[in-house]
Amino acid sequence: MIDPGQAVQQSTAPPARAVAPVTKLLGGVIFGLAFGFLLQKGGVGKFNILTGQLLLQDFTVAKVMLTAIVVGMAGIFPLHHFAKVNLHIKPTRLGANIIGGLLFGAGFALMGYCPGTAAAALGQGSWDTLFGMAGLVAGSWIFAEFSGWTKRTIEKWGDLGKVLLPDLLHVRRGPFVIVVVGLLTAGLFVLHRYFPR
Amino acid sequence: MRTSYKVALLLGGLAWLASPTVFAAGNAVNSLDYPGPAWSPYVVGAGIGVLSWLTFYFSDEPIGASSFYAGVSGFIGKLFAKRHTQSLAYFKDNPPRVSWEFVFVLATIVGGALAAVTGGEFVNEWLPPMWQARFGDSLALRAAFGTGGGVLMAFGARLAGGCTSGHGISGTMQLNLASWISVICFFIGGITVAMTLFKP
Repeated sequence: MIDPGQAVQQSTAPPARAVAPVTKLLGGVIFGLAFGFLLQKGGVGKFNILTGQLLLQDFTVAKVMLTAIVVGMAGIFPLHHFAKVNLHIKPTRLGANIIGGLLFGAGFALMGYCPGTAAAALGQGSWDTLFGMAGLVAGSWIFAEFSGWTKRTIEKWGDLGKVLLPDLLHVRRGPFVIVVVGLLTAGLFVLHRYFPR
Repeated sequence: MRTSYKVALLLGGLAWLASPTVFAAGNAVNSLDYPGPAWSPYVVGAGIGVLSWLTFYFSDEPIGASSFYAGVSGFIGKLFAKRHTQSLAYFKDNPPRVSWEFVFVLATIVGGALAAVTGGEFVNEWLPPMWQARFGDSLALRAAFGTGGGVLMAFGARLAGGCTSGHGISGTMQLNLASWISVICFFIGGITVAMTLFKP
């Protein structure tokens, strides 16, 4: 059996040019169009659906996300196993993931859109998302101002490197993926049963 | 960056965070009274899952959104203070560029517009009705919450390493530990603040 991690060409070389190759950008345009289309059709560009999820009144967001995770996982891991795709794993840094995650959530509740759904919301004419988008740009800048400091502090707390759940639990990826797909699917059935929307 | 500048930013942020407590009881709202999704969430979720296969296979990229905003901030920064921008650790590691994700998010706006127009859901509104029911007609208040929320969210996304797309969908489907921890924290933080804001 091939080791998929070794078999696919690595793509992590730092980008040199200010503009990515046109063919690559073309893919971004096509897939971005599809993503925005799906987000809006799924209702997750709507303020009341996003906030409704955080109020635990409307479970549309959870249904969309869990289905995407199940379907995505069921394709990505086989493709990776047969060396057709690279995995793109971000490092686990417990301090940064937890603190950043909590801040993100708080901001999400205040703004009512998240970075991707804000874009879809703009497309559907929810102009208030523009305030949030301006805030996202400003917040990114503020983070950059602090990034030297966060690198020396928060990002060092609990730095575990790139870790997948099955590696952490010392189980084989294939069976683990099958179990997780089963569990998440069961979770979706429960959501569907108890939350009509 | 000078220390006084950092302290001012932090204090400003904290004061802003405390501001919602100023708003006393308003109307209770139920999000289910407002429009739902046009399509089944399972169909849309499956579509996004398949889209992920395609972005991995054809573009060698995971779906993500938040770094778009960092890119925009970097471009603006380079316009006004090129050397300072290039001296910042984040922009040293991630120089602003017209990347795959950059055009991806721009196209997401257009995709959202196509979906809204074809589905008769182009709303053309400055205040979401549910927001109005809870907080009234002030656009300034919405602007303050939106901008402040955006600032916090971007800071959090950069610290955590991704957003609801990059961690919440792309990372979790790869069974990335960082992503599962982050997305759980997104919802802990989000549910706590939303409950405080919307349940008087």
